[in-house]
Amino acid sequence: MKTTPIYGIMAEFDSASDLVAAARKTHEAGYRKIDAYSPFPVEELAEAIGFHKNRVPLVTLIGAIIGGVSGYLMQYWIAAVDYPVNVGGRPFHSWPSFIVVTFEMTILFGGIFAVLGMLALNGLPMPYHPVFNVPRFAMATKDRFFLIVFSTDAKYKPGEVRQFLESLGPRSISEVPS
Amino acid sequence: MAERMDEVTVANKQAPVIEPGYTFGTVTDKISTIVLNRPTSTGWFVGFGVAFMLTMMMLFAIGYLVVKGTGIWGINIPIGWGFAIVNFVWWIGIGHAGTLISAILLLLRQSWRNSINRFAEAMTLFAVAAAGIFPLIHTGRPWLAYWLFPYPNTMNYWPQFRSPLLWDVFAVSTYFTISLLFWFVGLIPDLATLRDRSENRWAQMIYGTLAMGWRGSARHWHRYETMYLLLAGLATPLVLSVHTVVSFDFAIAIVPGWHTTIFPPYFVAGAIYSGFAMVLMLAIPIRTLYGLQDFITDRHLQNSAKVMLATGWIVAYGYGIEAFMGWYSGNRNDSFLLWNRLHGPYAFFYFLLLLCNIGIPQVLWIRKLRTNTVALFFVSLVILVGMWLERFVIVVMSLHRDFLNSSWGMYYPTRWDWMTYIGTIGMFLAAMFLFVRILPMISIFEMRTLLPEAEVKPE
Repeated sequence: MKTTPIYGIMAEFDSASDLVAAARKTHEAGYRKIDAYSPFPVEELAEAIGFHKNRVPLVTLIGAIIGGVSGYLMQYWIAAVDYPVNVGGRPFHSWPSFIVVTFEMTILFGGIFAVLGMLALNGLPMPYHPVFNVPRFAMATKDRFFLIVFSTDAKYKPGEVRQFLESLGPRSISEVPS
Repeated sequence: MAERMDEVTVANKQAPVIEPGYTFGTVTDKISTIVLNRPTSTGWFVGFGVAFMLTMMMLFAIGYLVVKGTGIWGINIPIGWGFAIVNFVWWIGIGHAGTLISAILLLLRQSWRNSINRFAEAMTLFAVAAAGIFPLIHTGRPWLAYWLFPYPNTMNYWPQFRSPLLWDVFAVSTYFTISLLFWFVGLIPDLATLRDRSENRWAQMIYGTLAMGWRGSARHWHRYETMYLLLAGLATPLVLSVHTVVSFDFAIAIVPGWHTTIFPPYFVAGAIYSGFAMVLMLAIPIRTLYGLQDFITDRHLQNSAKVMLATGWIVAYGYGIEAFMGWYSGNRNDSFLLWNRLHGPYAFFYFLLLLCNIGIPQVLWIRKLRTNTVALFFVSLVILVGMWLERFVIVVMSLHRDFLNSSWGMYYPTRWDWMTYIGTIGMFLAAMFLFVRILPMISIFEMRTLLPEAEVKPE
């Protein structure tokens, strides 16, 4: 068993309900470095594996503020400082005219930060990942549900983990080589 | 997450959002097979070929324009904004339905959107791309179009931020960028499905690269869902702002018929009106040709028809207010504009517009016609023509007779105008043909969430 390094032990389930129940039990049993995989978003799953910290909204807010502030300042600096042009006697700092571009820049930066932030926090793009070594894992993007206990978990002992996962009634169990 | 189909169906006695009997596996197979296994039909090649030839015609027309200048078009003073602006507004309006379906209906938890959002978003992208061509070539020197963006340059010049035309540059480019992001991140989980289901090495590599290693982790899904909702929340005010800004191009000017406060809401409603018409014109043939009636059901067609009825009446209200203000304002130029619409040289197009946008679409009140795909297809076509005429009326009829009789004129499009316009339709269709062939046209993972088995049962 010790010859090839093991990334974790993975159990396969038939339905979202089974996976959520199994993930809850695994978390309750004290395993912390675990993850679950499903072919569509399952609301209850993140909570079941003990994942709460979600920084995507904060990243989006920061992006939107950067976009809005820089958009307005850019227009102010261009129209009132660096390149003042008298248009029909309007003030150089004619702020109502600057609202539209400020708004668009807020949305643009907020949106870009939301998408790139989500990808960065998820660690994507990541073309190679050990879970892809399990042939059955190809079904995770179709109709199967997977639960993994990583070998980095403090409580991890290969025999015990396997036994524990088997007690959850999975469809199959595989070792994930790293 | 979404309303499940059984509750909806039972509660409303309506056609279901997805026909019963599907599982995660069969939904996945049915949609991904179209891309991965189904042989490309002759009809596809013929359709794509025609659309591609029209695209080439557009490129030829644009090439000649670059060589000769905008004089090859029918535009001249006083009508400097001919087909180019008419088509720009028409195309960008069509795009709006895609964002409405994908963002606003998501926030409103309208789960029926899940089967039409993907191709409606693709439609948005291609429509905005087609729209973007027109202002670009209308500048006459498209190779200098980057001057519109504020960048430090040796000419010591900056763009004029008090001009609605510059607002438009920001609105349209932001709209395109956000629509592209929305569409692409929506595709990521499905690209992973295609990566895992494809047997072709090249397809695996390409879909795999685009999927960026998506593996459906619960942590990833959680952040993904948050991001998707936030993006929808950002896209909602954006889509309403884009056509508002487009209407500012007119409303900020003092030309009679343009200088009105009704323009922003009336433009946005018109945009959604024409956009849903285009969604139906695409959905009806696609679902028949690819046998997707189980996913794009009569419910979707009915709902789209109802949206068209509602937005059609907002548009009708806009026409009514325009006419009312022509009379009530007591302004000679505004009254003349109304008279000119009813009796002037372009009166035929004004009456045709009323017929196409207000008259004929009223048949959608009849339930039987809302479920009749052929009727729905033709009503949609009529609405698209009507919305094009609306922009023609606004652009050309307002410009051709403004304040001074001495500066009146007429506008007649030339063959180059027509070639460019029809060419962009070809480009749009060619892109749609490629899209349905190489990408899943229905969001697979969102369809899975609609199935009853997606529900997590409490222990």
